[in-house]
Parts: sequence; structure tokens; C-alpha cells
Amino acid sequence: MRFERASMANSVNSGLGFFLALFVMMWSAVATADENFDQALSKIETGKFPSISEGVALLVDSDDARVATVLNALTDGALYRYKPESTLVYLHDKNDEGYLVSYVSSADKAGEKFVVKSSAVKRVGVNNNLRNEISSALATLNLKNPNVEIRLNALRESLASLNPASLKTITKMATTEKNSEAKELIKTAMAMGGLKSEDTAIQLTSISALKDSLEPAVKLALINMESASDNAAVKRAAKAALKGIEEKLVRYSHLETLFFGLSLGSVLVLAAIGLAITFGVMGVINMAHGELIMIGAYTTYVIQLMMPNHIEYSLFVAVPAAFLISGLVGIAIERGVIRFLYGRPLETLLATFGVSLILQQAVRTIFSPLNRSVETPDWMSGLWQINPVFSLTLNRLYIIIFCFMVFAALFLILRKTALGLQVRAVSQNRSMARAMGVRSEWVDAMTFGLGSGIAGVAGVALSQLTNVGPNLGQAYIIDSFMVVVFGGVGNLWGVMVAGLSLGVANKFLEPFAGAVLAKILVLVFIILFIQKRPRGLFPQKGRAAEG
Amino acid sequence: MENSKTAADIAKENALFDRKSVLFLVVLAAVCVFVAVTNMLFPEDSALHVPTYTVSLLGKYLTYALLAVAVDLIWGFMGVLSLGHAAFFALGGYAMGMYLMRQIGDRGVYGNPELPDFMVFLNWTELPWFWSGFDNFGFAMLMVVLAPGLLAFIFGWLAFRSRVTGVYLSIITQALTYALMLAFFRNEMGFGGNNGLTDFKDILGFSLQGDGMRLTLFLVSGLALALGYIACRYITVSKLGRVTIAIRDAESRTRFTGYKVHNIKLWIFTFSAALAGIAGALYVPQVGIINPGEFSPLNSIEVVVWVAVGGRATLYGAVVGAIVVNYAKSWFTAVLPEVWLFALGGLFVLVTLFLPQGIVGLLRRRNA
Amino acid sequence: MGFSVGGYLEAIRHRDRVFDFLAPQASMNLDVSKGYILYLEDINVSFDGFKAINNLNLYIKEGELRCIIGPNGAGKTTMMDIITGKTRPDSGSAWFGQRLNLLEMDEPEIATAGIGRKFQKPTVFEEHTVFDNLDLAMAGNKNVMALLNARLNTAQKERIAEVMEMIGLADHRYQRAGSLSHGQKQWLEIGMLLMQNPKLLLVDEPVAGMTHQEMDRTAELLNSLAGRHSVVVVEHDMDFVRSIARNVTVLHQGSVLMEGTMDQVQSDPKVKEVYLGE
Repeated sequence: MRFERASMANSVNSGLGFFLALFVMMWSAVATADENFDQALSKIETGKFPSISEGVALLVDSDDARVATVLNALTDGALYRYKPESTLVYLHDKNDEGYLVSYVSSADKAGEKFVVKSSAVKRVGVNNNLRNEISSALATLNLKNPNVEIRLNALRESLASLNPASLKTITKMATTEKNSEAKELIKTAMAMGGLKSEDTAIQLTSISALKDSLEPAVKLALINMESASDNAAVKRAAKAALKGIEEKLVRYSHLETLFFGLSLGSVLVLAAIGLAITFGVMGVINMAHGELIMIGAYTTYVIQLMMPNHIEYSLFVAVPAAFLISGLVGIAIERGVIRFLYGRPLETLLATFGVSLILQQAVRTIFSPLNRSVETPDWMSGLWQINPVFSLTLNRLYIIIFCFMVFAALFLILRKTALGLQVRAVSQNRSMARAMGVRSEWVDAMTFGLGSGIAGVAGVALSQLTNVGPNLGQAYIIDSFMVVVFGGVGNLWGVMVAGLSLGVANKFLEPFAGAVLAKILVLVFIILFIQKRPRGLFPQKGRAAEG
Repeated sequence: MENSKTAADIAKENALFDRKSVLFLVVLAAVCVFVAVTNMLFPEDSALHVPTYTVSLLGKYLTYALLAVAVDLIWGFMGVLSLGHAAFFALGGYAMGMYLMRQIGDRGVYGNPELPDFMVFLNWTELPWFWSGFDNFGFAMLMVVLAPGLLAFIFGWLAFRSRVTGVYLSIITQALTYALMLAFFRNEMGFGGNNGLTDFKDILGFSLQGDGMRLTLFLVSGLALALGYIACRYITVSKLGRVTIAIRDAESRTRFTGYKVHNIKLWIFTFSAALAGIAGALYVPQVGIINPGEFSPLNSIEVVVWVAVGGRATLYGAVVGAIVVNYAKSWFTAVLPEVWLFALGGLFVLVTLFLPQGIVGLLRRRNA
Repeated sequence: MGFSVGGYLEAIRHRDRVFDFLAPQASMNLDVSKGYILYLEDINVSFDGFKAINNLNLYIKEGELRCIIGPNGAGKTTMMDIITGKTRPDSGSAWFGQRLNLLEMDEPEIATAGIGRKFQKPTVFEEHTVFDNLDLAMAGNKNVMALLNARLNTAQKERIAEVMEMIGLADHRYQRAGSLSHGQKQWLEIGMLLMQNPKLLLVDEPVAGMTHQEMDRTAELLNSLAGRHSVVVVEHDMDFVRSIARNVTVLHQGSVLMEGTMDQVQSDPKVKEVYLGE
């Protein structure tokens, strides 16, 4: 397992990168005299392609620390022949006076820059073939890199283009490598090398060694084996191994779909759970719920504007801020509109829909109708690579975790606090609760504020996944209602189960039906489901529920 | 006052053509005649001339009014709040649009005599099966009623049998229209995807751009509204209408009294959907386009607001509401487009909080 | 999830049952040749683990007037819900006469078959006039098309007038039902039951909110109904029960505690214990 930054392995070949690397190398490299190295340099110095090719091969075999620098300079066109001395130099700069260069080899003068006439030097040119050779040589070099991450990457890359040179290096590594993951890869690479053997027995043992590997290169090699081999036993073994690998791949792709489904489901749960409180516990249809989510997302945007240098921490500020702001807006809606409409659900629906239009237009007026970009903190981007074919995106993983945290918090609030007790009391029997001294009006406002605040928190999570714009809420309101209705109104667990299962169902349908059709199918399913179980998955039973 | 009604009062109120209905129909006829006369008789530079553009705009309002009447029939009188009636409206519109597309023939951009342009664009080689027959006007008109009617029947059969009521019903009707919107956005559905159906040329051989055709469509819309109103009025004053009100006010009591509530809801819902389909079919040739946006949940809910603004359970109130709100919408979107959603949202809130009887109720109170 | 398309397929297979309006009217089939009109046997209902009805057995004779008493939560209203199709029991059987299985019928079918119910809280159609309330309740063809073209004939008008007289609301003919007093609503609901012309009347707390005078008249009315109709009355008011009851059934914790005359019931030690906690 390893964590990987998306932007890691791309700087080696860029010009600036090269010069930076060059200086580091110049001062840190302990120049070990190596015959191969010098011999290689003289081959390259001839400037003839076949000869350069031999030189590159020699360089790979050399253990000299300067090899990478030379090879990089070669591909970047910064390696020149200094004709008067018949030696190789690096080019640092060109100007009217001439070329600023430094020696590649001579140990005593290394790093020392001097100016030569442009006519005195000639670039060592490379063609496409050479370029390929050099890049695979560089990859092989990385195999020797002391940094384990770079080594692992190099190993993986080398699997795809296994050649005798890299295989040789890898075989050498087998004895010295300590990292277990790298060891596995080395074994795989060696087994892949075994596939190319003439000996059937070696081929068969290699196949059996490879049958658990998930590396894409292994699969390709086995497919080749199956179609190209003349030996029936080898063919059979390759086929069996492929079948096993295929099954594993399918299993992991299901796991991946499950993960995507769970993350979509978590988003649905987050969006719906506030609604489960206002709709489920209070019986209030709040069509402006989506807009409360939107307000949460815009809160995140504003918080990030306010702390541009601390984006990593912005979400920790945004969550409570969004809870407060959406909660306050919710309370305002409850006090201003909804409380006059208790017991008239259809009117509540219409009035809150009006509120949602007003909120949407307000956001359009304040922030423009265009989508705003909310940044994702570094710690939320990237992948968690579990094996070559299965990785989890961190933002989705965190959203699943976040969803469970919110759910747990809400559950505790409703079960363990005085407010929760009063909320449940009012939702079960309003007049009785009032008779017992519960200030039902206050409880209504607080409950509504709680549900709305949760919607705001959901908005923070959504801002990390989708565009933040005035239509954000609309996109989720129907889904949220579906989740609540499917789960059974007034049941938090129902919302959890319904949201997650709808998310998973959606993602599993997508490969067959496409994203839009999958969504339609899910909607149709719920419509049919409601016919059969009008009270959802987990209905409330008894006389009280039938009012 | 209300308690001391006499048999004669009751009889008058329950007549098919009561005083208000007569007033409504007379005003509607007068407007139609006035628009027709001024459009035809006065020259274009005359102050009295109603331009053809306005005629089509008014025609559009009339189709909206018919849609509102259909919604009022089920919401006002039966308590079924459909947030998916735009779907039935759009289906009727698509049926008409398909006929109009076939009428284009080889005058499209690609000049294909069989296939509408968008199908040629998608490299389709033959007409999908569900497009066959739509070159026939009669068949297309049948589908205008049947397509929304059938959808409503199937949906209603499922929903009402299992007693999905109240907000649950509202929400799943909304999901229904939402699902249809997503479906019609897909090119593979064969209804022109995102762009919908447009570039219509003519209807029954007459150009849709001609002043005469525009006026005719307006008058047909007026006639459809009048007939739709009378049909709904006939239902609401019948014993069936009194049963629907009973369902609205005490559904389970109605059931214990021996009425098959689900059947009654189903038939009235289906009728209302067919009416919405007719409104959609008249709407499309007058605006010249039908696209999946018509299915949007916002459209359906706007219709409900027209009814609420005008006044529920009166039928003519729905007409008043549809025209007033849409006139306001035209005005706002032309003059203050930024403010329109504020105004519409505010209208939702104000009407539900302060005007439960709508504009009509306000007038009635002033008269009393 | 108990979701299955099986139910729909089943419905489609029996083509006469796909559309309810094709189903034959049930009221013709009432068969009381054995002298009993209602059989409830081994009925059990539970809500979330709470047993509302527990092995209930109850038989009502044709033309009988039966009072059912019992403390709160004894299952009286749930029992009525089962008979009228509102609640389905977990197990047991419920037959109306010899042939009609109540557990396979829905509320309108049961109502049409001849069981009328008056609710604990008077429920009338508030927006309708007294006249319309009675008209709506009247037995007859209640199919959609029939309703669309329904006109009252003279006999029907007379019947409505007769019932209006009986329930003392003749002077309020065109008054909105919503504006009636509580007691008047109770009466109107009883009138609506009569219009349905049921074989079995289920009457839940008919005298709640009534004056003594009204109570006496109600007792008189219910007594006069017995014989032609079977009547089941659920009531808390013991004086009222005494004034009408010949047979009394005591329900306790969802099953029958005892049956007998009012005197037998009142002197029974078990009943005393249930009511007074002695």
C-alpha cells in the first residue's frame, strides 16, 4: 500500500528540472572511477548512432552516479562534443560570446564552467530509436534509486517493457532488495522473464508464479503466451492462469463499483439526512432543502476566499460555519413561513418551493450565475492504491467517513440529548408534549435548524465533489426525497440503508445502462416500490402512524 | 348566510352553466372575437390592430390556462397535488411535434424525405417504430390524448391502488416528470435529445408562419379551453364531483361509504392528464418548439402556483391565475429578468400564507 | 425487502380482477342461513411487537344488538378496523355470513357488501350539505360512469327525507355539515350509515358529546334498528350500555374476557379486576 501524489513523477525530463538536477549531481556525486563509464562516454563522443547506442547500454551497466545526468542531458540535447579536446561537455547557456559549458567526465575540473566558441562544440544528436533506448535505460537506472518509491515505480514501469537489460538489473536487485512490495514485483518480473525462456518447464513454473499477479503487464504477457505458444500444456496453463486473473479483476472491479456506489450513497445520505429530520420527524416538506445544501457549499467557497493561505484547514472551519449559516437560514424559514402552515403539508410544499426560488436567485445575484470553484485541500486529493487494479480516491473515502460521522453525531443528538428527547416527544404527540412543559415552538425551530444545519454540512461535502452553482440544490432535492421516502419517513436508519443501497444500485447499473438510464431506472424502481410499500423500507407501524 | 341557503340557491349553484361559468365563457368568447376581428380587420399600422405576435402569445396563455384547469380539477376538487402535470403537457406537445416534424418532409437541412434532421445527424437510417403513423394527423391527435392518458392511467393505477396520497404522491409525480426529462434528454430516445423538435413548417398543409394559421390556432386554443372548462364543470357538478370533494376532505370515510376511491381518482387523473396533453399539443405549434425542458419539475410546480394564485376549486380561478402569472412572467423577463424568480418565489409564499382562496377568493370576499 | 412483481402478475392472470370495476358486486352473496352474520376466529394483530389483538373469537347473530366494552387499549377499535378492512390481521379468519371472506375484500367492497361503520370521532363530509352527505352515503351503483350521470329519483329523495327526519336534521337540509354541532354530526353519521342500508352496523362511541336527551334518542334509534340489522356498539358510557344492551362482550388485552348480560358482566369478579384494578 502506498499513498501517491498525482503530480509526482513528471519533472525528470523538463528542461528546468534537468538543470536543477544537474547542479545537485555536480556537488553531491562522488565520482567513482568506472571503466564502463569512461568507455561509454568515448562511444557517445563519436556521435554515430550505433555507437551511441552501445554507449548507452554500457552506461546502464555502469554503477556510476553520473549516469542519469548524462542520459538526461543526451535526451534533452544538452550534451555536446568539445572538439578541441575530444571530450563531452554539458551546455549551460548560449549567448553572443559563445557557449557556457562544463566537463562531463574529468574529475578534477567537474562543475567548472567555461566559455567556448560555438564552432568548437557540436551537439550529440539522437534519433527516435535512441530516445526509446535512453528512456528505458533511465527506467532501469531508477531501479537502483535509493528511494523506495522511485524504485517501486520503476519496477512497475519496467514490467510493461521488460528487456534483457532491465531484467538483468532486476535479477541483480533480487538479492539486495529489502522492501517486501518491491520483492514481490521483482519476483513477478523474473517470472515474466521466465516466460520468454525456451524451456517449457521454466515457462510452466513462471506461469504458476504469475497466476496471482494483478499487474496489467502480466495479463498481457499471458495473453501473448496463450496465443503464441506452440506447447499445449503451456497454452492450457496460461489459459487457466488468465482465467484466475480475470476472476480477480472482476472481483476488484466489483469492489471498485461498490466503493463508488458507497461514496455516491454517502452523498445521498448526507443530502437526505437533514430532510429525514424536517420531513420525517416534523412532517414538514421543505422544498428549499436543496438550497440549504447550496448555502453550505457557498459557505465553503466564502471561507476559502477568506483564508486563501490555509486551504488545508478551510474545511474544518467550513463545516461548523456551514452548519451555523444553513441552520440560521433554516430557522428563519421556519419562523417566517413554515410555522403558519403546520398541518397543511401541500401548502408547506408550495411555500418552501417559493423560498427555494428566492434563495437560488439571491445566490445568482450575489455570486453570479456561474459555477464557483472550491479548492480541494491537498490531504483530500490523491489515491489510496491498494493493488495495481484497485485504488480508492481519497476525497470519496473521506466523504464516506464523514457521512458516517455526521450520522453518528445526529444519532447521538436525537438519542442522548435533552433536545433529542424533546424532538421525539413533540414528533410523537405534540399536545401531550406541550402539556408536559415542552416548549414545542422552540423545539420546532431547533429541530428545523438542526435539519437545515446538516444540509449545510452536506453542502461542504458536496463542494468537494461537484461544481458549486445556483442549481446545486435542485440537482439533489428529488434524490433526497426519494431516499427519505424509500427508507421510510421518520427513520434515520432507513435513510442510511436507503441512501447507500440506492447509491450502490446506481453505480452497478451504470456499466450496463449508462449514467442517465441508471438514474431513470432507479427512479422508476422507487416509484414502483412506493406503490408496493407506501411507507418505505422501515415503516412506522401502529395506529399513530395512520393519521 | 351560507347556512340558510334555499333549494333554489343550491340548484343554481350546481347548474352546469351557473352565473360565473356563463360570465367566464362570455368573456372568453368576447376576447377571442375581439382579437380575431382586430387582427384581421385593422391594418397593421392601426392602433387597434392586435399584432400576430400578440395573438400567438395569447394563444400560448390559453393553452396554459387549459393546463391549469386540468390541474385544478384534480388538486382543487380531489386533493391530488400532481407535481408532474407538465409531463402530460409535454407528452401531448411531443405527439404534436412529431406530426409537425413529419410534415417537414424533404424541406429539412439534410433534405431527407423520411427522417427528421436530427435522425440524419445521428446517422440513423430508418424511422424508429414509434414514429410510424405520425404523418397522419388523425393518428397524431389520437396520440395527443392517448400518450399522456395512458401514462397517467398506468401511473395512477399503480399509485392509487396502493394508496399513495398527499405529499408522497406529489413527490413521486415529481420524480416521474424528472425521470422523463432525463430520458428525453437522451439522443437515443429518438425525440431529438437536447434540442427537441423544432423548425416546423406547416400543419395540415397550411404554413405555421401565416397570420391566418396563427389566428386559427389561437381560436382553437380558446375553443379547447371553453370545452375543457365545460367538461370539467360537468364533472364537478355531477355526483362524481361531489364524491371527489368527499375524497379530498375525508378519503377514508369515502372508502367506508363504499366508493372505490382508487378507481375514481384514476379516471379523473387520467382525464386531467389527457386534457393537459391537448393543451400541450396546442402549445407546440404556437411557440414552434418542444424540448425536454418542458418536463422540468419547475414547470409542473409553476402550474400549481397559477392555480393557487387564481383560486382553487373554481376552475375559472385557474384560468385567471394562469393568465395573470404568465403575463407577469412575460413582463418581468422582458423588463427585470433578475427579479422574476424573486417575484415568483415571493408569490408562492404570499399566496399560501395570505391568500388561500387566490385572487378569485379576494374578489368574492369584496363582493360579499 | 418484500417487493415482488408476483402480486401484479397474479392480478393480471385473473383477468376479471385486474380492473376492480369488472369485479362482481359482493352484496348479492351475503348468506346468513346459519343465523350468524359475523365470524371472527383466532384473530391476531401486533404493532411493532405489541399484541393489539390476541386470539380473538367473536360471533354476531343476525339481528343482534351487541355492546362491546373494555378498558382503553383492549383492542376495540382495532377489531373494527379488521372487520372493515382497514387493518389486516397477522393470522385468523373473518367471515361475513357464510360466504364472504372479509380478509380478501377492501373497504369499499366490505361497505358495499353491507357493513357500515361509524367512527369514534364523527367524520362527515364537512364541505357538503346535510342532504349531499346522505345522498353520497346512499346505497347504489357507485361506479365512475354511473356517478357522472347520476340523478336522484323520487324514491331516493323520499328515502333521504325520511332519514333526515329520523335523525332530526330535516331543518338543516342545506346546511354545511362542517357547521353542525358535535352531536348533530354524530347523528348525521348515523344517518349516513342508515342510507348505506347495511346488514351490520359498527358503531364506535355513538353518544360521546351528547346530552342525556340526545343519548336517549340514540338508544331508542339503535334499539329500533336491531332486528332488521345487526348492530355492534362500542361504548364507554355504562348507563348507555345498560339502556340498550341485551348482550355485552368484555374485551381485555385483545381477547374476549367474558360475554353475558349486563348484570352478569357487572357482577363478574374478573371484569371488576380489569376495570378497577382490584
